[in-house]
Amino acid sequence: MKTLGVIFSNIHDKEITELTGKRTLASIPFGGRYRLIDFVLSNMVNSGISKIGVITKMNYQSLMDHVGSGKHWDLSRKTGGLMVLPPYGAGDNSLYRSRFEAICGIENFLKHSNEDYVVMSDCDTVCNFNFNDVVEKHVANHADITVIVCRTELGPSNERRMRTAVEYDKEMRVTKVTTSDKLSGKKVLFTNMMVISRRFLLRLIDNADEWGYKSFSRDVLVRGCREHRIFAYEYDGYFSTVDSLANYYARSLELLDKKKRDELFYKDGANIYTKVRDSAPARFTGDAKVVNSLVADGCEIEGEVRNSILFRGVKVARGAVVTDSIVFQDTEVGENSKLHCVIADKSVKVLEDRILSGHSTHPYFIAKDTVI
Amino acid sequence: MKKKQCVAMLLAGGQGTRLYALTSRAPKPAVSFGAKYRIIDFPLSNCTNSGIDTVGILTQYQPLILNEYIGTGGPWDLDRMYGGAHVLPPYQAKTGGEWYKGTANAIYQNIHFLNEYDSEHVLILSGDHIYKMDYSDMLREHIENDADCTISVIDVDEREASRFGIMDFGADKRITSFEEKPKKPRSNHASMGIYIFKKSVLVDELTADEADPESVNDFGKNIIPNMLAAKKRMFAYMFKGYWKDVGTVASLWEANMDLLGDRPALTLNDAGSKIYSRNEPLPPTFFGEKAEVVNCILTTGCEIYGKVINSVIGEGVVIGEGTVVENSVIMSNSTIGKNASLSYAMIDENVEIGDKSTIGDKNSDRDKIALVGRGNKLEKGSVVAAGEIVD
Repeated sequence: MKTLGVIFSNIHDKEITELTGKRTLASIPFGGRYRLIDFVLSNMVNSGISKIGVITKMNYQSLMDHVGSGKHWDLSRKTGGLMVLPPYGAGDNSLYRSRFEAICGIENFLKHSNEDYVVMSDCDTVCNFNFNDVVEKHVANHADITVIVCRTELGPSNERRMRTAVEYDKEMRVTKVTTSDKLSGKKVLFTNMMVISRRFLLRLIDNADEWGYKSFSRDVLVRGCREHRIFAYEYDGYFSTVDSLANYYARSLELLDKKKRDELFYKDGANIYTKVRDSAPARFTGDAKVVNSLVADGCEIEGEVRNSILFRGVKVARGAVVTDSIVFQDTEVGENSKLHCVIADKSVKVLEDRILSGHSTHPYFIAKDTVI
Repeated sequence: MKKKQCVAMLLAGGQGTRLYALTSRAPKPAVSFGAKYRIIDFPLSNCTNSGIDTVGILTQYQPLILNEYIGTGGPWDLDRMYGGAHVLPPYQAKTGGEWYKGTANAIYQNIHFLNEYDSEHVLILSGDHIYKMDYSDMLREHIENDADCTISVIDVDEREASRFGIMDFGADKRITSFEEKPKKPRSNHASMGIYIFKKSVLVDELTADEADPESVNDFGKNIIPNMLAAKKRMFAYMFKGYWKDVGTVASLWEANMDLLGDRPALTLNDAGSKIYSRNEPLPPTFFGEKAEVVNCILTTGCEIYGKVINSVIGEGVVIGEGTVVENSVIMSNSTIGKNASLSYAMIDENVEIGDKSTIGDKNSDRDKIALVGRGNKLEKGSVVAAGEIVD
């Protein structure tokens, strides 16, 4: 089954502005050594998809730097491989504003591909998922679109995020799609991962003006769910999306749970790939104390680390205590400083004797390159 | 094609019998070192960091692991359009084929490789030393001296000198004498087994050596003494820094321990001279609720629930709750059960050690390391005494 991959790298940038100030959502660090996009890229590669387009819009330097030629995902290929698709603007066409406009922008990429099916995904889909089965079902159902859905219990959270709930019949045919920022209770939610037939997609783009299509979820999924053959595919494994800083914090620290870690990193022997940095092994001195934490290569730990995630090349000096925190690449925590419920972005320098603390529902965020 | 200035030939065929179980199923250069590396990563990374982009890797003993590990040379940035890493095993030719008889013969059998790149100089390296070195500095001296051969030299402890090739040289560094493993060493200037030759001179010498039926076809025993006798221009290049021959269990264990401490003898995380290796796609290492880690280095993918002291832990190692690992080296993907005790032990790759096992002894030392070879599965409650080897 020849399948093409398309990844949206910017689609929810606005929802987590602290971390996307200088990068795309796709390049947000996650899990101690990964970027969000690594999960979907690895999932596609592990499913045998070897041609993947990444749609970008703004601030995509860090993303380009991260993915490079794609060789770390085995995507540096003569035919296919990884293709970064920068925004396409001509005349007075400005940058795309919606997912549908973004898709229209890659019409040529789609036209010049010969794969029959397209797996489309957002980049904040943290899971270890093989697309083969859903593509097979999609073909068997003669579907136009197959949306991958996940049963979720939405808490009485204050945060409002646009979510897409899906209802379907016994044949898994989607009967109703609701897009709202007020959903609560037990719902079957769209994961923003889907399989779509390439010809169908091109037809949508071709007729967009005529049919007045502007938004993918509103016009294609919500209004079109009776007209098009849309099916659902339920996924019940580990799945996280990242839609706010508090949520990012909670979803990250969840990885300290072995079950979740095993499901995300080792399921069915499928690995998650990332850019190789060739850091030296992590070093722990005689005074180091590390408990219930994830520590990546290149770290130098002289102090105490508890319930935390340290990315590659983090230094924790003597007497420093890092608890319930997430510390990004190359950040240094000075002697006798204390960090509690902190998210420290890349290359932050916390000098000596500083005390910084947030709360588990409101982690304290330190921006990239800050000196405290 | 443009000529290469210098091509490296890496001798990686050695069996390394004094590493016992570590090399019964793998060649010495493929033995793990420093948590995430293999010995061969050091000379290969040195080449890349010195701007040498063409490396012939001569394999012979158990070559499959090395072939697979090196692949197209990508991890060391040696996947090049012209040049790059090439694995060179012995081969069959029209007039017969044969195994590599000695270090010199191994290069002799690959003269066609040297001719293909037709470099002016050839750097000869061996795959059993741990060190970081900028070969371009040695090459510069070699060219400035208009040398036929330059030998890299390190001053060793006088008591150890008889294990090495020992030489004398004048103030201009021109070598006046060379003795391989002398009983009574005349100096402590030891050869590191790193040579740069003018290619034309090397080809002549190798051809002459091959024609000599008495020769054992070895650089230290034949080529170097013959060239010296023929008054060739031979110079010493003084190397200062960390260098260790890891040919024995004791020295390999010691070299691993040299990575520990507040000021380790060998540092791996300086930006300018990274050591590259083939990385496994594993998540960061997890430390459990009761984990303790004191003076150690660990790499990715481990799950640590026990206590680890003064040790070097490779990729994907699991250490169970209640287990104490002390003064030990555990290589990739080995699993240690619960309530076990490891002291002065070296555990090779893919080993499983059952709960409540005792490996090595607390009162042991570098000369009595308990060794468990690749792929062994030790049952619950196993005991491996200090200095014992499980092949």
